[in-house]
Amino acid sequence: MGFKSYCFKKSLWVFHFGGASCNNCDIEILDCLTPRHDLERFGILLVGSIRHADVLLVNGIINHHDKERLIEIYNQAPKPILVVAIGACGCTGGLFTESYTFAGPVDKVIPVNAYVPGCPPKPEAIIAGIVKLVNNS
Amino acid sequence: MSKKTLIPIGPYHPLQEEPELFKLYCDGEIVKDIKWETGYNHRGIEKLSESKTYEQVFFLVERICGICSNSHPFAFANAVEEIANIEITNRTKYIRSIIAELERIHSHLLWVGLAGHFLGYNTVFMWAWKYREPTLDLFEMITGNRNSYGMFKVGGVRRDIEESKIPVIQNVLDDIKKKTDLLAGAVMDDPVIHARTKGVGILTLQDVIDYGAVGPTARASGLEIDVRKDDPYAAYPLVNWKVITAQAGDVFAKAEVRLLEMYESISIIEQCLAGLKKEKEGDIEVKVREIPEGIGNGRAEAPRGEVFHFVMSDGSTSPVRHKIRAPSYVNIATFRKSCIGQTIADATISLAAVDPCYCCTERMAVAYDIHSGKKILNAEELISISVKRTREIKDSD
Repeated sequence: MGFKSYCFKKSLWVFHFGGASCNNCDIEILDCLTPRHDLERFGILLVGSIRHADVLLVNGIINHHDKERLIEIYNQAPKPILVVAIGACGCTGGLFTESYTFAGPVDKVIPVNAYVPGCPPKPEAIIAGIVKLVNNS
Repeated sequence: MSKKTLIPIGPYHPLQEEPELFKLYCDGEIVKDIKWETGYNHRGIEKLSESKTYEQVFFLVERICGICSNSHPFAFANAVEEIANIEITNRTKYIRSIIAELERIHSHLLWVGLAGHFLGYNTVFMWAWKYREPTLDLFEMITGNRNSYGMFKVGGVRRDIEESKIPVIQNVLDDIKKKTDLLAGAVMDDPVIHARTKGVGILTLQDVIDYGAVGPTARASGLEIDVRKDDPYAAYPLVNWKVITAQAGDVFAKAEVRLLEMYESISIIEQCLAGLKKEKEGDIEVKVREIPEGIGNGRAEAPRGEVFHFVMSDGSTSPVRHKIRAPSYVNIATFRKSCIGQTIADATISLAAVDPCYCCTERMAVAYDIHSGKKILNAEELISISVKRTREIKDSD
């Protein structure tokens, strides 16, 4: 077992970074934690500080205002960290690719390990994405 | 003179779902001043809208805000239909109102949950979000998606609610009603919630009028303001319902207004479903050939208050100017009245009480130079640039 897979073997702690999003993905991420989907039974927990996190969830496009902050947050994260781009905006920019505030989808700013497409992705899709990511790393 | 301590909340804070920065200037534990910075969420939607056709703009405005993703298309449809002078069918009116009211139920439940979470009452959070799920299932059944519905188009809706779906909707509504009773009982009778929310973050009737607050924020202070009554649209004049108000203006009153509004919404949906049975199935759109030249104002009552869309058309396929004003834009300004003078612990729930939605609000960005901290462009400068450009064009002619 390598160091990386050893790090992600047990409870994953998740930090959520909402870029310039429409809130849909934010809510679906929160929805994963509530009783119907209840991610906490797998030990997955939303944490308040990036310094405690194993996974960084990013949703929404990244605008010029957010860009510096996302890079700073990524640099503060303990490595290894898994980065997941959630939703069409996070993956490609979606509807907002032509916008004057668009500073690139997430993978233009920081390295991304997994993409969960959808507008917004269902909570099941987000869970499936994270499970796939953990199994492959 | 005492020294003020600056407590920043955000921009990426565990308390918030969305990025925004609050600066609380505190003396001891008392908040003396509050400032907020936005711009983390700006996507330039008004400008993007000018490059899209009327059909495409619906999908764009839907993504202004995920929670009220029906109110923006609703207001835009009202505006465009005003320009083109389109009279929509009764069946369309009913379907539009059903979607809008279902959205109100899910948004208010979401708020009750988050308010509980901010108070440290995670049981309420989990309950409210659990009871919200059936509403999302209904959305998935009717529209095909849990959040962004894609139901609206100029002159109609995209999908019909078939006869066979009506009993299913009715069953879920009965269930939601029971669960709302339970939740309202738990929230309204809890002594801890009373102690934390009564007399906190009070907005008087005069404050609300001064700041031009809308929606449940204004209604909780005794101002009877609701676009559905004041400027009736869709099926609201066809059904019986009343505007819920409370007098106290504190956080508890806002919770009360929202919970009682859910019962009104359920009753509106039930009446709309009854109305739907009388109309011919499939009669859900009016063919629209073109959008003529003109100006349209569209208003709709979102769960948070009045959404306003201004659309200017030159007869082409896309709008020339599209102005959006979301309810949080005016409601956020009331923070100065509700938070100053409170303790820091109470400031949080006062901030959450207006149900602020920053992705709706961010219609204009100010850029700062990160090295010098100097403001690069503000509104006046932008206007002066624009005026200069007009003058240049004028002179060149």
